[in-house]
Amino acid sequence: MEKTRLGDNSRVTTRELTLNMGPQHPATHGVLRLVLELDGETIVKCTPYVGYLHRGVEKHTEQLNYLQIIPHTDRLDYISSMANNIGYCVAVERLFGIKVPERAQYIRTIVAEVTRILSHLLWLGTHALDIGAMTVFLYCFREREKLQQLLERLCGARLTVSYTRIGGVKKDVDQQWLEDLYAFTEEFPMRIEQYETLIDKNRIWLKRTKGIGVITAEEAINMGLSGPVIRGSGVPYDVRKFMPYCVYDKVKWEVPTGKNGDIYDRYRVRMEEFRQSNSIIRQCIEQIPDGPIMADAPKFVLPPKDAVLTNMEQLIHHFVLITKGPMTAPEGEIYVATEVPKGELGFYIVSDGTGRPYRLRIRPPSFVHISALPRLCEGGLVADVIANIGSIDIVMGECDR
Amino acid sequence: MEPLEIAERLKERFPEEVLDVIEFRGQVSVVVRRERIKEICRYLHDEPGINMNYLSDLCGVDYLGRRGFRFEVVYNLYSLIHRHRIRIKALVPEDDPSIDSVTEIWKGANWHERETYDMFGIVFKGHPDLRRILLPEDWEGFPLRKDYPVTGPEGWEWKGFEEVKRLHEHDREWNIT
Repeated sequence: MEKTRLGDNSRVTTRELTLNMGPQHPATHGVLRLVLELDGETIVKCTPYVGYLHRGVEKHTEQLNYLQIIPHTDRLDYISSMANNIGYCVAVERLFGIKVPERAQYIRTIVAEVTRILSHLLWLGTHALDIGAMTVFLYCFREREKLQQLLERLCGARLTVSYTRIGGVKKDVDQQWLEDLYAFTEEFPMRIEQYETLIDKNRIWLKRTKGIGVITAEEAINMGLSGPVIRGSGVPYDVRKFMPYCVYDKVKWEVPTGKNGDIYDRYRVRMEEFRQSNSIIRQCIEQIPDGPIMADAPKFVLPPKDAVLTNMEQLIHHFVLITKGPMTAPEGEIYVATEVPKGELGFYIVSDGTGRPYRLRIRPPSFVHISALPRLCEGGLVADVIANIGSIDIVMGECDR
Repeated sequence: MEPLEIAERLKERFPEEVLDVIEFRGQVSVVVRRERIKEICRYLHDEPGINMNYLSDLCGVDYLGRRGFRFEVVYNLYSLIHRHRIRIKALVPEDDPSIDSVTEIWKGANWHERETYDMFGIVFKGHPDLRRILLPEDWEGFPLRKDYPVTGPEGWEWKGFEEVKRLHEHDREWNIT
């Protein structure tokens, strides 16, 4: 499109410029590529290209049995692998009809909320870094390190944890671990205030977030957004409240929402979620009962390790479950959603009665959020693209699968 | 409203279209013909008392070897107003894998439909921008179909990305080496 300016520069013509951003760009949080059509500094059209990290997880899982898929869920949203594990296991348990023991439910809730704090800390650090506030990044990583070390003590891994099992969790938590986590939750609210004093009254931060990337509640629902993005627009949609799983219905907590649906409100929602998660962890540690950590469903659940090493029948049973998968899986299909830090993570499983899923569809929140990126960016400025990408908190491993 | 109740109302409204209602673990799937899928979705979205305003998920499933209809397009719908869920499954035959797009009803369907096209080759009629999404534009075949081998087709050789080839041509044209 060419247009001629009137006046003195009547012979000067202007043209829309096409700008390629990514896939290798530090601010796109992974291999996201955007093609921007610019009129001056204003974005006329924004086209996202995804798929640079596509590994064919959905195809691959059709070849694996239900137990072998757990490590693959780690690698979806690798910042919050614990939450993905739980999402997958909750879906499979609903399909098999397994009831998970109370203690395992509490442990799951605790680690899910720890993961939420971890994910939001990384988001806050990198988002602020993108916009230009460097200090917050260092502060966030200080707290992240403490939680990562706790996770490492719990399951031996910091990133790809594979902690949950179908029917429960891998390893019980000890009292010392719970006490250390409790000590962290006592200190953490003060840390949240520290982050807020660093950026909440910062004029640059406010100018760059308030009124930018606005999306209304109707649009957010229509586009299928979820998590802090839809809550920032004032829709109190949280899977943990709407379709409770684990023990979210046994603890007291609130769903924080925004009003304007801009970047600032999404930031506020996540900051409030820090406090809510912190409170959920505290309540869970106070209420956690004693008991088994794996369900009593020998057809689907792996036998305990010490029994496998001493008992012949258990060893055979373990071997069959690992090599062939649960052969008595019921026929049917199920869609189960859970609230991961990024939004609604859904697993749609079609079972044909064999040990492997016939079809396993993963509904990733990041994929849906990136599809809303043109809506957020168009009409805005180039610099705001970075702020917008940061505010929807995407992970490409999950988007591309 | 109970999911079975919604299925009943849908059956009353579209007696010709609804083929089957399946209940499993408290979730209800309604199997429908593909011809009037847009009307069915519009009805579920707009009808007071049902108001399925949130499209949780849209995906395809390949039932290779099933008689009649090989593919299914699955709509997982949720209502944020009434907090109920239902699943619509539209049957799609192998010889004409196409179905009407629902992007006019839920904008969020846009990328899900592109992905279903990318992975199963199901064409969504009326979609504003039906291109491959996760795979490169010149990819051959549809990977999530059951007859697509996990290791890739035999004798298959990667020819490189179209985009990169175009870039090389551009470089040659401008004498950039």
